[in-house]
Amino acid sequence: MAQPATPIVSGKGGASAPPEAPSSPLEGTSALLRERTRAAWMFLAPTLVVMLVVAGWPLARTFWFSFTDANLTDMAASQFVGLDSIRQVLDDPDWWTTVWTTFRFAGVSVVLETVLGMIIALALNAKFGGRGLLRAAVLVPWAIPTVVSAKMWAWMFNDIYGVVNAVLLSLGLISEPMAWTAEPGLAFGAVVAVDVWKTTPFMTLLILAALQMLPGDVYEAARIDGAGPIRAFFQVTLPMLKGPLMVAIIFRILDALRVFDVFFVLTGGGTETMPMAGYARQRMFEYQEIGVGSAAASLLFAIIALFTAVYMVVGRVKLGD
Amino acid sequence: MRWVKKAAFALLLTVISIYTLFPFYWAIVSSLKTGSELFEVAPWPKEPAWGNYTAVFTAQPFGQNIFNSVLVATAVVVLSLVLGLTASFALARIQFRGRSTLLLTVLGVSMFPQIAVLSGMFELVRWLGFYNKLPSLILSNLILTLPFTVWVLTTFMRELPKDLEEAAIVDGATPWTIVTKVFLPLLGPAMATTGLLAFISAWNEFLFALTFSQSDSVRTVPVAIALFSGGSAFETPWGVIMAASVIVTVPLVVLVLIFQRKIISGLTAGAVKG
Repeated sequence: MAQPATPIVSGKGGASAPPEAPSSPLEGTSALLRERTRAAWMFLAPTLVVMLVVAGWPLARTFWFSFTDANLTDMAASQFVGLDSIRQVLDDPDWWTTVWTTFRFAGVSVVLETVLGMIIALALNAKFGGRGLLRAAVLVPWAIPTVVSAKMWAWMFNDIYGVVNAVLLSLGLISEPMAWTAEPGLAFGAVVAVDVWKTTPFMTLLILAALQMLPGDVYEAARIDGAGPIRAFFQVTLPMLKGPLMVAIIFRILDALRVFDVFFVLTGGGTETMPMAGYARQRMFEYQEIGVGSAAASLLFAIIALFTAVYMVVGRVKLGD
Repeated sequence: MRWVKKAAFALLLTVISIYTLFPFYWAIVSSLKTGSELFEVAPWPKEPAWGNYTAVFTAQPFGQNIFNSVLVATAVVVLSLVLGLTASFALARIQFRGRSTLLLTVLGVSMFPQIAVLSGMFELVRWLGFYNKLPSLILSNLILTLPFTVWVLTTFMRELPKDLEEAAIVDGATPWTIVTKVFLPLLGPAMATTGLLAFISAWNEFLFALTFSQSDSVRTVPVAIALFSGGSAFETPWGVIMAASVIVTVPLVVLVLIFQRKIISGLTAGAVKG
């Protein structure tokens, strides 16, 4: 870790011109640059090794399993079967049911989260007493583990003793108790309700952060032009929020596509109410078909990779400064 | 007209508060009800009882489950912060070839669906002899927390003033000295925020914990709660489950209330700027 103790001088200066001191030591001589580059790689090495072990290697193995008939009972005896496992997934109508469920889930919950998140963020952006407290309260659902929130809601959705049925009955909105988590159509709604409750705070926070960066004078101008609050929202606020909003939405879509916990806890695993990740896990560990399950997982990965690419482009991710 | 607006706004705030807090409130109420009272929809128990809270620890190794979760999450956070600190220094402050590619890779890994590594990770865990042991969860949870930690710390590290580093370089400080003596003290708050967020995600992790643990005593809190079973197959012990839910939620809620500002800055650094 030797470091030149003498002041750094660039070597470009000719004989006539005095050697020019660099504007900043960070852009100093090539010796220093080499030293820093070497340090960079040494600093990165442990993280890179760990990432290779926990991400790169398992991912590569999953991809490999997709082309085998690997079975949980004897994984060593697996054989290369080409596209057979992938074809098994693609030929399975149950897989397509889970694809449809997952996409519907992602679509419906992200739309609801965005709308609700926007409303709550706009409310929290106004000045009122106890705003800090309410802002903290909004974070509570986000902090609760998904499994726990799913259990809390499963109890509220209980067909006989649940508070949801009790309230709806007393309001006269339903005439008899509904089996919220047992009937596929209702269960889908219940899962969406839990997810929306849990993740709206995340949306709210991102929108709120964006709202607070908006310049105030634009609103001044809009008011002078005679724009009401609703017109100001659609013509001033929304266009300016577009960037951060798109990033938040795609971020949430990626998250919703890999959903597993809420469905698992709330509906317990019937095909009609299962997401893609649930299907893959069921094939791997309940049916012990590691090969076919891995093929399903790889397909899901491909879909998410595609969306990540979209995220990079739409979010205009800036790397390097 | 003015007071109508004010009343409408107050109503909106009330609805938001009820929507946000009611499920949590209902869990608390239900956890204090025992016997047949649990099956009456009353806004508050007639006589709050703590029976469910003791039952959680006697019917299940729930104390052990909590200990497992604390151990796994703490180990994962410490490892992620130590690794993330040096990695983010390199990524944030040093110009070198391949840096953008690395940052993209880190971001890409944080977008991985866990299911895509599940079978490969399962094989690795079994090969290492970690199956049904806590190290399996420490290892696998790093895929959730490490890329995230590196990414967020890189964002924070970029914002530190250039002059400090330049002065240190002129004084002959090595990159290692700069990280540990100059930047680390300044990064305290950022490390705390990032660590807290990583802790929450490790604490909440479900898929790996469900797959890599078999016995009750190795389970973490989310798995224990998801698989809670009653005395018979037909009876779900809702009061006990709600008590368990409240026990694991209260510390998180307290942490969130204390650190809310920092959490918000950490979340937005991780998501919006990314």
